[in-house]
Amino acid sequence: MFRSYPPQIVLEAVLNGLLTGAVYALVALGLTLVYGVLHIINFAHGAMLTLAMFAVLVAHLGFGIDPYLAILPLTPLFFALGYGVQRFVISPASRNDDGAILLVTLGLSIVIENLLLAVFRSDTRALTLDYSFSVVDLGFALLSLPRVIGFGVAILVAAGLWAVLALTDTGKAIRAVAKEKLGASLVGIDVNHIYAVTFGLGAATLAVAACLLMPSFYVNPRVGNAFVLVAFTVVVLGGMGSIAGALVGGLVIGVVESLSGLYLGESLGQIGIFLIFILVLLFRPTGLFGARA
Amino acid sequence: MLAVETLSKRFGGLVAVSDVSLTVPEGSITGLIGPNGAGKTTLFTLISGFQTPSAGRVLFAGEDVTGRTPESLAVLGIARTFQIVQPFAGLTVLENVAVGAYLRHPGRRDAMAHAEAVAERVGLADLGRPASSLTVAGRKRLELARALATGPRLLLLDEVLAGLNPSEIRDIIPVIRAIRDSGVTILMIEHVMQAVMSLCEQVHVLANGRLIAAGTPAEVVSDPQVVEAYLGPGAAGRLQKGAAHG
Amino acid sequence: MSSGTLAAYRPILIAVAAFAALPLAVPLLVGAGLFAGANTFYNLMIFILIITLAAQGWNIAGGYGGQFSFGHAAFFGTGAYAQAVLQTRYGVNAWAALPVAMALGGLVGAVIGLLAFRARLRGSYFALVTLAFAEVFRILANATPITGGAAGTLVPLRIGFGQMQFEAPAAFFYLALAFVAVVLVLNRVLERSRFGAWLVAVRENEDAARALGVDTLAVKLKAITLSAAITAVAGALYTQKFLYVDANIAYGAWISVEALLAPIVGGIGTVFGPLIGAVALIGLGEAAKTAIHAAFGSAVPGVDLVVYGALLIVVIAFAPRGLIGLLKAGGGR
Repeated sequence: MFRSYPPQIVLEAVLNGLLTGAVYALVALGLTLVYGVLHIINFAHGAMLTLAMFAVLVAHLGFGIDPYLAILPLTPLFFALGYGVQRFVISPASRNDDGAILLVTLGLSIVIENLLLAVFRSDTRALTLDYSFSVVDLGFALLSLPRVIGFGVAILVAAGLWAVLALTDTGKAIRAVAKEKLGASLVGIDVNHIYAVTFGLGAATLAVAACLLMPSFYVNPRVGNAFVLVAFTVVVLGGMGSIAGALVGGLVIGVVESLSGLYLGESLGQIGIFLIFILVLLFRPTGLFGARA
Repeated sequence: MLAVETLSKRFGGLVAVSDVSLTVPEGSITGLIGPNGAGKTTLFTLISGFQTPSAGRVLFAGEDVTGRTPESLAVLGIARTFQIVQPFAGLTVLENVAVGAYLRHPGRRDAMAHAEAVAERVGLADLGRPASSLTVAGRKRLELARALATGPRLLLLDEVLAGLNPSEIRDIIPVIRAIRDSGVTILMIEHVMQAVMSLCEQVHVLANGRLIAAGTPAEVVSDPQVVEAYLGPGAAGRLQKGAAHG
Repeated sequence: MSSGTLAAYRPILIAVAAFAALPLAVPLLVGAGLFAGANTFYNLMIFILIITLAAQGWNIAGGYGGQFSFGHAAFFGTGAYAQAVLQTRYGVNAWAALPVAMALGGLVGAVIGLLAFRARLRGSYFALVTLAFAEVFRILANATPITGGAAGTLVPLRIGFGQMQFEAPAAFFYLALAFVAVVLVLNRVLERSRFGAWLVAVRENEDAARALGVDTLAVKLKAITLSAAITAVAGALYTQKFLYVDANIAYGAWISVEALLAPIVGGIGTVFGPLIGAVALIGLGEAAKTAIHAAFGSAVPGVDLVVYGALLIVVIAFAPRGLIGLLKAGGGR
């Protein structure tokens, strides 16, 4: 039924899947963090990723900043943006009602995506860099250098985020709010501030993801949608709110996508992801690694 | 009317209800009392089908109904109220009651008329206003009216008097008695002892998931085991001593 | 009692009559420069009515039942493709194809509903799973031969009443209006029925509803099936109007968004919400497009959708009961 491939090609597909998966994991990290703390699904996540990718594009074309260097200015910028959006748009507009938050983030995603469409039009753009097509030769497989870098940095960011949550006071406050909102506010934690910080962290991870993606990927106003659906799958698979789950889930999804692309072809390959998504939601909505709700 | 046979419910290692057997005779008002965390509400969720017991049986009018869904039990004639009242916020008071009335009156006109009659029986007025605008006492009456509108043979009341002031309690006691007099058997969880004493013919006492006493309200309150369950070990002895000295 | 029944349907009669009379105003509107010509007017109106119908479908499960679907494209697209494919590949008459399209849409709704509700998905999870189903349909439709793959399906132009293709643009307008009117009445009937009361009870509190004897799974399943069937009719009408479908039109996220935006903006869980919302959204979107076009001298893509998104946020922030809620508050109710 399936074509059979030599082991080397399958191995290369698996490795490439892992590389892509790390970036999926990074995109999913912000989503799962926000879910874990605010218990909402941020539908604007994809549009914010698109925005970050355009920011990388503008930084390079307009100011000559290398995408990897752009991590330095864009990460704090997006943190501030995420903080502001939660504090001054989502929270007041939704009065912290779950259904309303869902719809406000949907509204935000429509606004961001179409503002980008109005400004940049629907053309697809990519950066041409000296190292865009550089490869790493492992002897048994050739891997794209930007994607290897993306893999490494994504793992570092995940570890860093974990450290922030585990070790810093803000991180402890975030975990307290995630566990017990009322209790946290009783001991003097400013819940609205923590919500906004969490949202800011989610946006900051997107900025990093955008910087890692742009050297080897393209951007158009709708590109975030493709990522966000994958990120939802990763989050659901890894267990909503679980950082380790997002990392493992991202890697798994990357490999699944790569292999189903190999065996089913590009256009049908995406279906594998959605089927996993639907099956997990239907039969194990707490994720493969999540505790029972 | 209702018989519970060696019913148990475990959550992981915790035994919330352990080996409970009791009967509720047809036409009675039977009380279920006990300290907080005794497992009274869990027992209700087992009887009303919201959870399935780990062991034991529930018999309703002689029929084994263990593990049936709440909605099918409502069709059979078991209705319950919730300790935390849950009005349908988007509907008016009358429409809330009608949701229950529709169970045995599929037509709108019938259901509305029946709902109005039931609302009047429990003393709800101003039926056109939103249910969300009701006071606590109003919500309790609404909870009662909704359950009653389903035309139950057995009514499970989970603390319908909690949160009411003494005069509101005095007003609602005759309503509950009138419901029983109309032929509905009642099993009620209640903390307000004044109401238990005046309403119930038979009382069962639950502590730590076990049934520790049963009898008339007067028998039960003088049972040393019951006093200890409420006030702590040795309390009955101290009370008796105190009484002897006084 | 019967006068009360009549009173409940009077606003629908008035609204439909007002819409039906709109063509009389066309010369005036065109004369005032609001529309380039009668055809522009009819195209806009027909589009509004098709979106209204899709939104009326969404409103049954989402508005009355509280099950927020983000994937009504799955039903719209099934209706649209069924209407096209039945005619082009199986030679079925357009009028005969319509009920089949409706039934197929309802079937897809029932299956998705059965899977999702049995798994007890609600809130964000239900939104996500419906979104994912719509995407699966989109990818499949793009890749399978029966739907024409990426090229889509073209319905041949054969003007004639028997083909549901009309020479006069007003005819299709009245056809779409008739469907919207039927669903307006259906909504009112539903509101005044046992099913409607139970559906709202499920939205407000499932446990309390179950305690009152409501089979919540059955109620939600009926709602999503009816909801999907109505939205599928909107898809079928879209095919008949534009005589072309492809995967991105039929199963695209745009229609899921429009179907949910219109009732929320207009007034969720109300008879007129979808209609008022569709008129307001599409009207404002068109106005914004025209204004930007005038200001910049050329069309700017996405402007209307920016307005939709902003309007959604503003409505949720300031008018959670939608434009209808504002009208009622303003009218002293």
